[in-house]
Parts: sequence; C-alpha cells; structure tokens
Amino acid sequence: MIFSRETIAKNVFLFCTLASTVTISSILLFMIALGLPLFQESSFLSIWTGPWDPYQGLYGIRPMISGTLWIALPATALSLPLSLGTSFVITSLGGRELRRMLGALVRFMTGIPTVIYGFVGIFLLMPLIREGFGGAGMCVLAAVIVLAILISPTMILFFSDSLLSVDPGDVQAAKALGADRAQRLLYIIMPKALNGMISGFILALGRALGDTLISLMLAGNAIRAPRGFLEPARTLTAHIALVNAADFNSLEFRSIFTCGIALYLFTTTAVIAVRFIGRKKSVMQ
Amino acid sequence: MQGFAEKAVVVFSWIMTILLCLFVFLFIGYLLIQGLPSLGRELIFGQADPLQALLGRARVFDGIFPAIVGTLCLVELSATLAVPVGVCSGIYLAEYAGPGMKKLSGMFFDILAGIPSIVIGLFGFSLAVFLHNHFDDRIGPCLLISSLSLAILVLPYIVRSTQISLEELSPGIRRTGLALGANKLQNITYVLIPNALSGISSGIILAVGRCAEDTAVMLLTGVVATAGVPSSLLSQYEALPFYIYYISNQYTNPEELAGGYGASLILLGVCAFLFMLAYGMKKHLSYWTLYRA
Repeated sequence: MIFSRETIAKNVFLFCTLASTVTISSILLFMIALGLPLFQESSFLSIWTGPWDPYQGLYGIRPMISGTLWIALPATALSLPLSLGTSFVITSLGGRELRRMLGALVRFMTGIPTVIYGFVGIFLLMPLIREGFGGAGMCVLAAVIVLAILISPTMILFFSDSLLSVDPGDVQAAKALGADRAQRLLYIIMPKALNGMISGFILALGRALGDTLISLMLAGNAIRAPRGFLEPARTLTAHIALVNAADFNSLEFRSIFTCGIALYLFTTTAVIAVRFIGRKKSVMQ
Repeated sequence: MQGFAEKAVVVFSWIMTILLCLFVFLFIGYLLIQGLPSLGRELIFGQADPLQALLGRARVFDGIFPAIVGTLCLVELSATLAVPVGVCSGIYLAEYAGPGMKKLSGMFFDILAGIPSIVIGLFGFSLAVFLHNHFDDRIGPCLLISSLSLAILVLPYIVRSTQISLEELSPGIRRTGLALGANKLQNITYVLIPNALSGISSGIILAVGRCAEDTAVMLLTGVVATAGVPSSLLSQYEALPFYIYYISNQYTNPEELAGGYGASLILLGVCAFLFMLAYGMKKHLSYWTLYRA
C-alpha cells in the first residue's frame, strides 16, 4: 500500500516535470509552425535582413532588429557604470548601515512594475527631452534612459553576489599585507569575481533585449531603422505587441512570429552563454 | 599614478551610487506627489456605492474596481495552475532526478525564465487562435488563456525556488527521518518540505508578484479597456497594469490621468510589498527572478 503510494507520487512529480519541459519546447515549435508561410513566401535571409515594405510585399524585420539593438545596447552600456559603482559601494566601500539600506533599495527596485517605469517616463522624462532636444520626445534616448534604470538592479544584484562570494581568506591575506579597501576590491576581489559579473552583464542585456513596455511606451514605434538617439524606433517586442489581429492569415501578421523566433534565439543564446561561463567558473574553483 | 586610479574608482563609485539613488527617489517622489491626492473611494468605485459594487449588484463605470478584480482573478487562476505543477516538478528535480535529467531540465527552465514575456504572450495568443479555429469559435483571447500564459511565465520561478530550497537542506535533516525508518515520500512530506517551506513560499510570492504586473502577456491575451468585472473564464477582462498603460496612451482629461497615477501607486504598493516579503523570507533565492524580461 505504502509502496504503491510512493510510486504514484513519484510518477506525478515526473509527469509535472515532463509537462513543464514540453511546454517550453512547444513555444518555439508553435512559433516556427505559424511563421512558416512567411518563410515559404520569401527567401530565408531576406526575412531577417530585408527592409519592411508591406506595399511591395516585403516583410523583413531588419528595422525592428536594428531598433532593438539601438535601444538595448546603449541601455546596457549606460547601466554598466551605474551598476558597477553601486555594487562596489554595496560590497566594500560603504559602511555597514549604508550597505544594508542600499541593498534594500535595489531589491525594492526589482519589485517596481515595468509599466510604472514607462508611465513615469512618459510624464516626467518626456517633457524634459522635448524641451532639451526638441522633437516629439518619443525617441530612442527616452527608452534608453528608463531601460538603463530598469535593468540596473539585475546587474547590481549579480555583481554584488559574485563580489561577495570571493573567498574571505584571500581578502584577509591582502588586508594583512596592508591593502586598503579600494586596493582589495580592485586587485583581489574583482579579478576573482569577473566570471559571475560577466554573467550578470549578459543577463541584464537579455532583459534589455526582451523588454516590451518601455520601448512600446517611450520609443515612438516608427517602423524605420533609427539613425540617431533622437529618432523614434520600434523594437521586436513592440512590433509583436502592436500587431493588429484582424487578419490572422496575412503575411504582415506572420512577421510577428519571425520577431518572436528572433527574440527566442537572442535570449536563449544569452542563457546558454551564462551557463557556459558558470561551468567554467566551477571548474576553476 | 596607481594611487590616483584607486581614488578615481572610489569617487566614481560614490557618484554612481548617488546618481542611482537620485533617480529612484525622484521617480517615487514624483509618483507620490502626483498620485496621493487621487487615492480614495472615488478612484476605486467611481460614483457607485462600494458595498453594492463589492456584492456585484452595481456596475462600476468610472473607477478601477473592475481592473482590480480582474487582476485578482488573473493572479488567483495562474497561481492555481502554476503552483502545483511547479512545486511537484521542483520536488522531482531535487529528490528523484538523476544528474543528467537535472542538468537538462535546469537548462530548460533557465531558457524559459529568459524568454521575453511578450513571446509567451504571443504563444498564448496563437493558442487562443488555434483553439478558436479548430475546436470552438467561442474561444478567443480571454481570462483563461491569459492565466495559462502567466502560469507558464512564472513556472520557472516556482520550480527553481522549490528545487534550490530542497537541495540546500543540510544532510543531517535529510537523513534523520530516513534513519528513523521513514520512507522517501514520508521524508519529503513530513521533514523536507516543512523545512524548505520559507524558500518555496518566497518563490511563490515572487511568482504572484510577476503575475500581477506583467503587462506584455496580458496585452496579447485578452485584456481590454472596458469589460467590467469578468463574468466567466472565457470572457475578456480588465487589469490594473493594462489600465495604467491605456491611460498613459489614451487619457482625455486630467481626472483620468490622475486615476492613472493613483492606479500606479496602488500597483507599485502591492508589487513592492510582495517582492520585499519574498526577499525577507529568503534572501538568496531571488536572483533568477531577474532573468525575466
């Protein structure tokens, strides 16, 4: 009796695991299946790199890929120094009380809903940009600034975590040799924590690539590759969100699945890269 | 020269920290100043009588009551779908799975955690269209489809937090029950799960927080601006985050805008509370909530 209950429980657990795994694979399969008509209609390469011109029957997603990169890369680059500085203060430069408070602040930031970042961005940042630089205010720059703040807690938490996980023995040894806080941080802790920090950076980049609401609300959504920070842009994510579901079978509609596949591939590559780096780290220790 | 570089790093770090704090305080302060005055009965229930609205006898037209109810239904449904499956998978991975299975599924869940939420929304949307075309044309983007997509979205948090908090338990705790003659299942239900409960529940709370705020998924799976209190699983619904998005786009007068600020403040309060609660219960579990875009 007890034995059979044990077996049943085990099988239930196994079934749940398999169900979850199947779901994940089916997301990709679903998108490939639904995007298929577009792949048959035009050449494989032109879908990714070609221009967007529905009147000519061209549904390349290059403007969206370019918009995504124009927003995600500068946002991550802008977030990097902010996060580096803050994680230095959280892990070694600040006093005990300050560290605790900063840690709480960063955790609080992870709990702020994305839509609220966008909402405040529209009404607080947009007028400033409109006055400072002219134009409509809906542009790459606005999205970059808000996105940089949005992803910084990800980076800060990963950075501080890997900075704190360095063997305290090494740090004490350096301290005994007379190294001050900044020296310990720069020459002992940083080099050892580098792998973990790179992971955090990649994950934050993945977040920036995959964020929908900020670019949807702030970047202006014009289907045209941006040529500067003050021009509007549409990201892959925003393109999916803005789809008009009226005609499910049109090729224009199918293009959102190519966007979906592109995003899936971008973020999956990031996750696999992080796992690879993580494994190298554990081998080294 | 080296000394100068070291000093520069210290100064730079402090400037960056101050800058970040400044951003956050400006942000929250702005929201508080704009949102606080509009908080009140009027914001939630509009002109309707609160008691009648709560009992479902009166419809609320100019308040955010339907959006709040919609969000609660959504969270409730997704949690019902995701928590049992997630916790069971977590238990299997921690206690039964071999190393190969562990590695493979670990990668799967990391990938799922990294997929942008809009892609999962797109999946839900396609599923709705598929069901509509092949089974029953009453099915469209609706509350049920949204909850399903949100459940998929938060599944990895629940699985991994369950798995990690079970694996973290010390070998002493793990073996005592077995040594006293408990079988594996008894050991799991009476010893391991109670001991890992704080970690598991912090994962669930984080999942609930994500369900309440993820606008991108809702956007594609059936949220609308005016639907009233949802009447069935297959009906469209309103939700708080979508209301905020909608107002930012479509507001026509200052009162509506003030409503948007009020709603933002409520949503911020709820989500920040849930996240802080989860962090308070278990500090280290939460890093990979952040994988999610």
